[in-house]
Amino acid sequence: MRLSALNRKLLRDLWSMKGQAFAIAMVVAAGVAVYVMYQSTFASLSETRRAYYERQRFGHVFASLKRAPQRIAADIANIPGVSALETRVVSGVTLDLEELDEPAGAQLVSIPANRRPRVNDLFVRRGRWIEPNRPDEILASEGFVIANGLELGDRVPAVINGRLRRLTIVGVALSPEYVYSIRPGELVPDDRRYGILWMDEKALAAAFDMEGGFNDVTIALSPGASSEEVVAALDRILEPYGGRGAIPRALQLSHWTVENELSQLQSFGFLLPMIFLIVASFILNVALTRALALQRPQIASLKALGYGNVAIGWHYLKWGLVIGAIGVAIGVAGGASLGTMIIDLYNVYFRFPELRFTVPLRVVVGATTLTFASAGAGAFGAVVRAVRIPPAEAMRPELPARYRRTFLETPLVSRYLGTAGRMVLRNLARHPFRAGASIFGISFAVAILMIGLVFTDATDRLIQTQFWEAERQDVTVNFTEPRSSAAVHALARLPGVVAIEPQRTVAVRVRAGHRERYLAVSGIPPAPRFKRIVDRNGEPIRLPPGGVVLSQTLANALGISLGDIVTLEVLEGRRPTRRVEVTGLVDDLLGLSAYMDLAALHRLMQEGDVTTGALMLIDTAQEPKLSATLKETPAVAGTGFKRAVLRRFREVLAANLGLSIFINLLFAGVIAFGVVYNAARISLSERSRELASLRVLGFTRAEISLILMGELALLTLVSLPVGGTFGYSLAALMVGSIDSEVYRFPLYVSRQAVAWSFLGIIGAALVSGLIVRRKLDGLDLIAVLKIRE
Amino acid sequence: MSEPLFQIRDLAKVYRMGEVEVHALRQVTLSLDEGQFVVLLGPSGSGKSTLLNIIGGLDVPTSGQVLYRDSDLTQADESTLTAYRREHVGFVFQFYNLIPSLTAVENVALVTEISASPMAPEDALRLVKLDERLDHFPAQLSGGEQQRVAIARAIAKRPSVLLCDEPTGALDISTGIVVLEALQTVNTELGTTTVVITHNAAIASMADRVVRLADGRVTMVEDRTQKLAPQELNW
Repeated sequence: MRLSALNRKLLRDLWSMKGQAFAIAMVVAAGVAVYVMYQSTFASLSETRRAYYERQRFGHVFASLKRAPQRIAADIANIPGVSALETRVVSGVTLDLEELDEPAGAQLVSIPANRRPRVNDLFVRRGRWIEPNRPDEILASEGFVIANGLELGDRVPAVINGRLRRLTIVGVALSPEYVYSIRPGELVPDDRRYGILWMDEKALAAAFDMEGGFNDVTIALSPGASSEEVVAALDRILEPYGGRGAIPRALQLSHWTVENELSQLQSFGFLLPMIFLIVASFILNVALTRALALQRPQIASLKALGYGNVAIGWHYLKWGLVIGAIGVAIGVAGGASLGTMIIDLYNVYFRFPELRFTVPLRVVVGATTLTFASAGAGAFGAVVRAVRIPPAEAMRPELPARYRRTFLETPLVSRYLGTAGRMVLRNLARHPFRAGASIFGISFAVAILMIGLVFTDATDRLIQTQFWEAERQDVTVNFTEPRSSAAVHALARLPGVVAIEPQRTVAVRVRAGHRERYLAVSGIPPAPRFKRIVDRNGEPIRLPPGGVVLSQTLANALGISLGDIVTLEVLEGRRPTRRVEVTGLVDDLLGLSAYMDLAALHRLMQEGDVTTGALMLIDTAQEPKLSATLKETPAVAGTGFKRAVLRRFREVLAANLGLSIFINLLFAGVIAFGVVYNAARISLSERSRELASLRVLGFTRAEISLILMGELALLTLVSLPVGGTFGYSLAALMVGSIDSEVYRFPLYVSRQAVAWSFLGIIGAALVSGLIVRRKLDGLDLIAVLKIRE
Repeated sequence: MSEPLFQIRDLAKVYRMGEVEVHALRQVTLSLDEGQFVVLLGPSGSGKSTLLNIIGGLDVPTSGQVLYRDSDLTQADESTLTAYRREHVGFVFQFYNLIPSLTAVENVALVTEISASPMAPEDALRLVKLDERLDHFPAQLSGGEQQRVAIARAIAKRPSVLLCDEPTGALDISTGIVVLEALQTVNTELGTTTVVITHNAAIASMADRVVRLADGRVTMVEDRTQKLAPQELNW
């Protein structure tokens, strides 16, 4: 196909402003990349999850209880809406893996040996299903197997109900129930120290004295059934058997985590690219306005030749669209490779049989549409203004620009301003929209950079508050079941234990009106040494002697305020139900938490000095010895060494934040560079005559550079505080969006974060300024003066 | 000959240049005949270009009337004027106004692509003796050559009228003569009515009709029978 003369002009004109066109296209590409990255990751993750759930028949309702006889299963099956169910024995155990200093833990989940589960079927990656009458055969979760370098046939020593048993891995499996698996009470997953092991149901029941009974049930619903009604019915059936409250799929930990990730992907996958595209459309408008001013005589010629306004308008609009199309092409490719990196990261935390990154066509179409809309909008104003000029007027040179003194030039300021300063100020004041667009763009770059760094700060804050202010112990020990205070005294005598504090937590259902939540109430001694209640700033809160203290998140979830009465239904022991006053609210970083005075909690439970665990301060030199002892202590269900937990926490966050800071740095750099470069090129094009005249008059290169660079510096300088504010608000928005019932992020911006983001942007601005300055050195004085304006 | 192509009555144009009011044309009445070579003479600021722009449909008068054949240009809306320019008018400007990013032949194609029955761009360039330089960009051509490309671009659509605003204004004598020869060739070979604005009185010697303007008014109209060839002009 032959290109029309007008289209050739288009291509050659674009080529002649290729630097600027490329800079704008890169900003567009950044927006498209963010969009493609988030939306495609969302699509890949949600589609993978949907298919996985369907294939493995992931359950809709989950419940755990103390113990119920098998015959109850028939009652559950009769609940309207239940299509299939699987009763199980599930229990946490300690593993004695030699390579690890700290004891590892596992969740043992029963499976039938002679058939596949009707609900939550496993995906067997390698090996085979367990065989009947081989009680020590297990299937192990893939993450755990990989992290510990285990092979089929390897034996895993596990302390089951106080007895050490060597379990043989016959298969490596994944379950839709444990796409995301985390050790209870920890903040980040650790595949080395926590795994899921599936074991023959008869063998497991025997080990836990559960023969003929079960302590866990998963249910699949028939289409259209209400999970709320099934949850309520199930709760009624399980109540006498120590039911701990059934939950719908939405609250199942693994599902909830993936869901939360998906919703974040979706919200940022729209907001951020929109801002990028708005910046791009602004600078496109500014660039085109200038380019079209230079094209005035050509527009006049085209009109004289008989081209109509629509044809000319469309011709120039295509400039914007071509730049947009280049941006889409680069952005889709860039977004796809960044998306692959994110999916690789997800593959570490989320276990799917196969999670692959794909870019759906609709995402590309969406990105293209958004880009063309924004590029079109950016170009449109500039094009309409240029085309509207009557041809006879377009043929005449543009009127000399009208400058005025700016309001800043008071006699006092003027004295210090100098000629260069005055020129800079007046030039900026003459194009307020242009200056505003540049400031908006650079500010956004500052904000993007800041967001990445804010999360590092927030994490440090979270660690400081959670690990050093709230929980000051070195080791946390949880017992398999409530024990008397003698157990704590026994622990106190173990090697390396310097100080110890008993811990009592009680599983409850908190109710206020029709709202309810399941959680554990912690008993706090009158003068706590280790576990304290602290607010989000790490300030300790004094516990009132009576009533219950709730986290602000929990109060919000229940819709209550200070002084209100809540109902506590205890889900263990004698299962008392009490109405208790809310005597304190704490704005903390944890999700749902509740605290009571330890003595008051014992009274509520009608019990003596019962403990569920202990907090210990230890002599770190003795840590390996203590760890080895704890591994072999039957009453201990799990232990958490702060050092190991923290190390893991930092590792995970380093990987996560490393990637997001890298992405943000990349994008902030692209924007800052693109905006400043564009502003510099426009200034240069408008003022090359003026600057050349100054050179002819005897100004040095340095002096005329100062005029051009001064303008860029001023724009950048003004953008920094604006961007800081913008970044803070954006960070608040992001932190707010991950404010969940599991944990919250503190919003904290350190001086370092501000300084680094400012420096980063100044650096990017400097680089693009210097590139343009090199053009200034090559200014052809004679030629510039000869060109007709 | 002698059918009037343009009939102009009481034409006036007032510009507002910032805070100043400029009377570019004051009550101009004039007629231009088909096939004529017309020279508009006058010092700068006399209103020549304004008159040419209005005749060419690039500008509209403040008052008065311009009839092109039977249609009233002063009543036409913008799209009618665009169509008028596209079908009937060829422009040649003092500074050529070529599109710098297009080659000679592409600049001509710009017009032939939107005309009903144009000549081939190469033929138009041959007529102005530029068939050797088809693929040169404006920056690679001399001033005279650029102006001849502009003429080729203007006549390629076979316009009824060719309007030239100081076509030799930016050129030296010898190149100016080559350009004028090209204009004369177009006028005689294609019979295109040609209107040339100039402040160079010598060019008047090659015209059928000479119109003098001063201060926005027509001061003299002279019909000539003795036409000189461009190379015979006395600058």
